[in-house]
Amino acid sequence: MFFTQTQIVLTGTLLLGIAAGMVGTFAVLRRRALAGDVVAHSALPGLCLAFLTFQSRSMLVLLSGALLSGLLGAVTVSLLKRFTRLRDDAVQGIVLSVFYGGGIALTRSIQNTHRNDPGADLESFIIGQAATMLKGDVQQIAVVVAVTAGIVLLLFKELKLLSFDEQFCQVQGWSAMGLDILLMLLTAITVVAGLPAVGVVLTAALLIIPPAAARFWSDRLSRMMMIACAIGGTSGVTGTLLSARYDGLPTGPLIVLTSTVIFALSWVFAPHRGVLWKSRDMTDLQSFLPWVESDDTVPRAPTTLDPHVSAQEAS
Amino acid sequence: MLHMLPDTAVLFAGGIPIPFEAQTTRLAASLGLPATDVQNAFWTMAVGALCAVCCSLAGCFLVLRRISLLGDALSHSVLAGTAGVYLLTGRVDPVPMLCGAIAAGIVTAVLTQFVHKAALVPEDSSIGIVFTSLFAFGVVVVSQAKHVHLDLDCVLFGDLAFAGVNLHPTFGWLVPESFRSLIPTLMITLLLLAVFWKELRLTSFDPTLAVTLGFSATLMHYLLTTVVAIVTVSAMDVVGLLVVALLIVPAAIARLLTDRLSTMLVLSCLIGVSCTTIGYLLALRWDSSAAGLSAVVAGAELLVAIVVSPKNGLLGRLLRTVRLRIRICAEDVLAGLFRRQERSDAPDKRVQASVSECHTLAGGGIMSVAALRWLLSRQLLQQAGPVMLLSETGLRYARSMVRSHRLWEAYLQENFNLPSDHLHDPAEAMEHFIGPGVQQQITEELSQSAEDPHGRAIPDVKRQDVR
Repeated sequence: MFFTQTQIVLTGTLLLGIAAGMVGTFAVLRRRALAGDVVAHSALPGLCLAFLTFQSRSMLVLLSGALLSGLLGAVTVSLLKRFTRLRDDAVQGIVLSVFYGGGIALTRSIQNTHRNDPGADLESFIIGQAATMLKGDVQQIAVVVAVTAGIVLLLFKELKLLSFDEQFCQVQGWSAMGLDILLMLLTAITVVAGLPAVGVVLTAALLIIPPAAARFWSDRLSRMMMIACAIGGTSGVTGTLLSARYDGLPTGPLIVLTSTVIFALSWVFAPHRGVLWKSRDMTDLQSFLPWVESDDTVPRAPTTLDPHVSAQEAS
Repeated sequence: MLHMLPDTAVLFAGGIPIPFEAQTTRLAASLGLPATDVQNAFWTMAVGALCAVCCSLAGCFLVLRRISLLGDALSHSVLAGTAGVYLLTGRVDPVPMLCGAIAAGIVTAVLTQFVHKAALVPEDSSIGIVFTSLFAFGVVVVSQAKHVHLDLDCVLFGDLAFAGVNLHPTFGWLVPESFRSLIPTLMITLLLLAVFWKELRLTSFDPTLAVTLGFSATLMHYLLTTVVAIVTVSAMDVVGLLVVALLIVPAAIARLLTDRLSTMLVLSCLIGVSCTTIGYLLALRWDSSAAGLSAVVAGAELLVAIVVSPKNGLLGRLLRTVRLRIRICAEDVLAGLFRRQERSDAPDKRVQASVSECHTLAGGGIMSVAALRWLLSRQLLQQAGPVMLLSETGLRYARSMVRSHRLWEAYLQENFNLPSDHLHDPAEAMEHFIGPGVQQQITEELSQSAEDPHGRAIPDVKRQDVR
């Protein structure tokens, strides 16, 4: 089959959006939204070291290195939390900035030593360069999506339990720590898969914004996840198309901005939780909006995004 | 003008003097390096140090208030501010850019809270949404800008390495531009600290108390945010996004080393300066990014602090644990010898034990060697050839240990009604932590303190005898 470059990139960003929406749903509900950011930033030094060790620009080599150091970053966060009296936020900031600093130092010295080698330009990973995506890269992303989707579907019930009631999950005999590590692993894999297209600095946005937007539309985890995937996919496609249409605009930031627009629209227009819905006149109008169930059949919208509260109220 | 003109640098400047020029020239001569190189290095380190001081001072409060990630968010979103100003005016003037960046910083702080409160999104997610969106906006605008001064690379990597190169005349002196722009930032930061010291301290440690006393914690939050935004913007030229490393890491290290706010501020400044200086020198050595290596150096210093910090360091904790274990082993030897003396035919004669028996009493292993040395060095035991003897002080110490042990057994039995075979083990653990004060208290509470539940006499100690 023959694909144009745009089609390849479109497929890639679409798949990426879907995977990120799936994993990000749990990240947002578990209050681990910024863990993805930490992993993304700490992936950079590993990527450079992989390049230096194997002298190869093969995506698989680079991304394996990135995955390893991303996971190392995540482990460092939990070690620092365990063995020092530093708080969550400080620990995340420290790991993120130190690893990122190491990555910057490595990219810079690689660039300085390989001046005549265009293949050594690792700086494209910082902002991302979706336009240069190859068919092989898309296949790898497809594998990541398939694996992620498989694991999430298989363990959907357990992950749901973990997201809403960790203690109950443990009482039921599921290892919360094991599931946590699994989620961390899925997050890291998704983030690393997104690095070439969206870049170190912005990959976290893919994990956070679509699920946060989807949260406006539903109180059910399964529906929220599907909506998050849809928003993620839409943002990926729209961002790519925009960047193809207006030559020279970077793809990654456009994808992020698209999802931000969707987030803002959701905030305004979503039923029950949207700004418009909450204004009084709009509630009278609900009979004119065919896609919204009436208030009697739908559980009352929880007052917070706290999964614990919404779990109780929605049950 | 009597002083000599040793180099071309001053000629190039058209007679405007450069601070510390004589010193750097002299240093260059002694090192055998070109004078301009040393001068550049000196100014780069000065800029880096100034930058580190500003960042550390503001960063301490970010760390204490647990809003470190706000620093991260601000460092990303100021790009949107400068980009927005460029979009509106189409020019790159420092003052409007600075205002735009500060505005973006404040907008980030406000918007984060707004999305969190109004849209009911968890706080971490709302930070993530706001700063990535603003940064994406900034990147899109900057990528279109054909202006040399709006360079994405500078934002992403910072260019500390060139900070000392461009000298500009300022108030009759020739100093680097970034140095000049950082001086007011430092002034503003110090002014905030001087004017609102009490309020900042109170709201950082106990916001509830601050509010009940009538200080506005919100006002302080936004004041601090403004200052952090100013610091971030002016440091951005030099270290790029890595400003977050200079904001958080030195402050976190200082937090590990001290519990006093004033000490923490001073320490974090020193640590910050050492990070940028060492980072810059390493970057020269390895031909790499100075800002990146500063962050790495900061990370390494944090590791060192985690290990050797006097109060909470891993090494300190390990040392305390080992000391305690040695003391416990040694005390076990004393108590064991005392019991043996008690059981012997002639209780008044001093009991002897071979060295190996003492090792067995201490539990064996390397700990027992250390324990015996501990005892000998304190002259609680005396060595006479192959045998060990309890000394006079050792006997008193041992008597007090056994008294603690038996008092605790009696106490447990009287108050908790444990079976008599359940008394020894808890007492074996507790005996090492019962001092004369607690002994006295237990004695007063017990109905009788002459015998323990096993029928053995509880040895008496006079007040001055114990430890």
